[in-house]
Amino acid sequence: MLRLTKKFAELYKYRMLIYALVSRELKARYRGTFLGFFWSFVNPLLLLIVYTIVFGYILGPRMPEFGSDPKLYALFLFCGLLPWQVWFSASSLESANVLLVQGNLIKKMLFPTEILPIVVVISNFIHFLFGLPILLIFVPILGKSFTPFLLFLPVVMLVQFVFTLGFCFLFSALTVHFRDIKDILTNVLTFWFFTTPIIWPLSLPAVQNNKLISTFVQLNPLTHIMWGYQSCVYYGELIHWRRLGVTFLASLVLLFVGYFIFDKLRDSFPEEV
Amino acid sequence: MAAIEVTNLSRIYQKYSSAHRFKTFKSAILKRDFFRSLKPDELVHALDDVSFKVDEGTTFGVIGENGSGKSTLLKVVTGIAKPTSGEVIVRGKVSALIELGAGFHPEITGRENIYINGIMLGLSKKMINQKYEDIVRFAELEDFIDAPVKTYSSGMYMRLGFSIAINVNPDILLVDEVLAVGDASFVPKCLDRIDDFRRRQKTILFVSHDLSTVEKICDRVAWLKHGRVKTIGEPRRVIDAYLQDVAEKQEDDFEMRQQEVVQEQSYEEERRENRWGKREIEIKKVRLKGADGKEKHVFSPDESMTIELDVEAYSSIKDFVFGIGIFNSQGICCYGTNSLLEDYEAVKIEGEAKVICRLMQLHLVNGTYYLDVAIHKRDGYPYDYHRNLYSFLISSRHKDGGIYRPPHTWEFSSNIAVKPPRDKS
Repeated sequence: MLRLTKKFAELYKYRMLIYALVSRELKARYRGTFLGFFWSFVNPLLLLIVYTIVFGYILGPRMPEFGSDPKLYALFLFCGLLPWQVWFSASSLESANVLLVQGNLIKKMLFPTEILPIVVVISNFIHFLFGLPILLIFVPILGKSFTPFLLFLPVVMLVQFVFTLGFCFLFSALTVHFRDIKDILTNVLTFWFFTTPIIWPLSLPAVQNNKLISTFVQLNPLTHIMWGYQSCVYYGELIHWRRLGVTFLASLVLLFVGYFIFDKLRDSFPEEV
Repeated sequence: MAAIEVTNLSRIYQKYSSAHRFKTFKSAILKRDFFRSLKPDELVHALDDVSFKVDEGTTFGVIGENGSGKSTLLKVVTGIAKPTSGEVIVRGKVSALIELGAGFHPEITGRENIYINGIMLGLSKKMINQKYEDIVRFAELEDFIDAPVKTYSSGMYMRLGFSIAINVNPDILLVDEVLAVGDASFVPKCLDRIDDFRRRQKTILFVSHDLSTVEKICDRVAWLKHGRVKTIGEPRRVIDAYLQDVAEKQEDDFEMRQQEVVQEQSYEEERRENRWGKREIEIKKVRLKGADGKEKHVFSPDESMTIELDVEAYSSIKDFVFGIGIFNSQGICCYGTNSLLEDYEAVKIEGEAKVICRLMQLHLVNGTYYLDVAIHKRDGYPYDYHRNLYSFLISSRHKDGGIYRPPHTWEFSSNIAVKPPRDKS
């Protein structure tokens, strides 16, 4: 435990490298496209439009909470969609691949491997941050107003950061040995997306009235993280401190476990990737 | 003090068969033997009990065949791979030229890659700013530095990689065969830089197949074979021992090929193509022998070669000429002669006999050569003609060109400074 903590601290000395790699990642992503960096804003916007059309207008919100106002529902949807799609899901899928894709660095250079998942999480976090203004612009447009609780957003982001990083450490290391995980993960993420209160609110009667389902939903750490975003932006209320706190602790445990396994498997990377 | 100290180093690689891989995930879930199933099928000893020291300020060469563990050794010294057992102590800042440009991102420009690669190699942004001009100039990429790296040719890619790595200014430089891809003008430039390092009393670990370079720049050389250190010592001696070993191996390979050829050629059909004549006098066997009288097929340019023919004349014949011809792999006749040309008057041959042609020194350059042997009449009517049925290899330390290597010496007037080759100094 102490050793792991020390290793974490060592990461600080790689901050220049992390910074350089993240900026490389950001620069390289839209290099050669016509809109360039603008895509970081356009992507979430298009995401919002697609989901709003499908779930807001075609299917129509059937939850009592939104009445029949597709605009309100669109805003609610976007609160969870943005951190999920742009940050968590993108990071997970990318990190499952990152050690294999960057095999050259691991095999041919003396390179601190743990930086790779970190870079993935940070660069997707930055994409998320770029999308955030889009979300905030739409708060008044879609009929809600800003509240001081918006200031708690960074807390929620911190929890998601720790959780995502732990998850990415774990799966980036495991995919090296079990390539199947990549494909499994894609499907798991889809399932996970629909069982997390993103396209439906936690107050949904079908969830609240079924003990089994509601326990299941409550055990999902991402439930509380998404709920956190919705509280800050959509509901305009205080985040659920206790539940988010427990989620944070669980995320920390995941981070340590993930890093521990990553560290255990580290020596096998150069020959397996 | 030793800059690199390697003690009883072993590195074992685990080999998983493909069938094993396929089973892993399923069995991991079904049998819950998650960790047992990770056990390898086979162990490969890439390095086996390797020990050596490299003194500070010296250049240490590592030679050996492909797969002898050279690259693994370098990876362990760099820290990329961990030793399975044993110890590696490295004192000082290391820069490794293992794969140049390994960290380049193809989509971003050369300039951006210089910064990122530099940081990966442990430079600070300020240091890179200082060295930036040098790096670009050395790589000769002034005009392309703002183009994405994916548009570079492989030579440009390599030059940039080398230029960055060499500008890290390490205490210890590890070089692995990277010079093999450079063009004719860039390689000497790289060697210059490496020489510059030596002059500044930096330590270099140099892995290469280029034995003449190894001999030129290394103070000591280790020869690895199958992951073990075969010899360590003075370059000339180690390289000679290595070449000896390679020649022996070539000899074995050659013999195996030869046997295959013989088996194939027992089919009369195939044989006819490269052999003709009515065989009134037959060449029954052809042997190539070295100076010691033993049969061999790999010769050095200054060795002697004896061509021995077992022949049999089935009647008494008065008109006969024995001839030989040596051809290189392009089919160019390097030498040809026969007994008539050298004024041996044929009188009579009958029954079994032996003809020996001794070439005192071959004086040929590196390569595979084919031998024609023949018995024919004075007017050219063939009794038995064997075309390219036999071959031998010239294996030389020098890479001189052409076909013929006349015995020669060099002399320089006193106002020309040259370093003599080590073995003849």
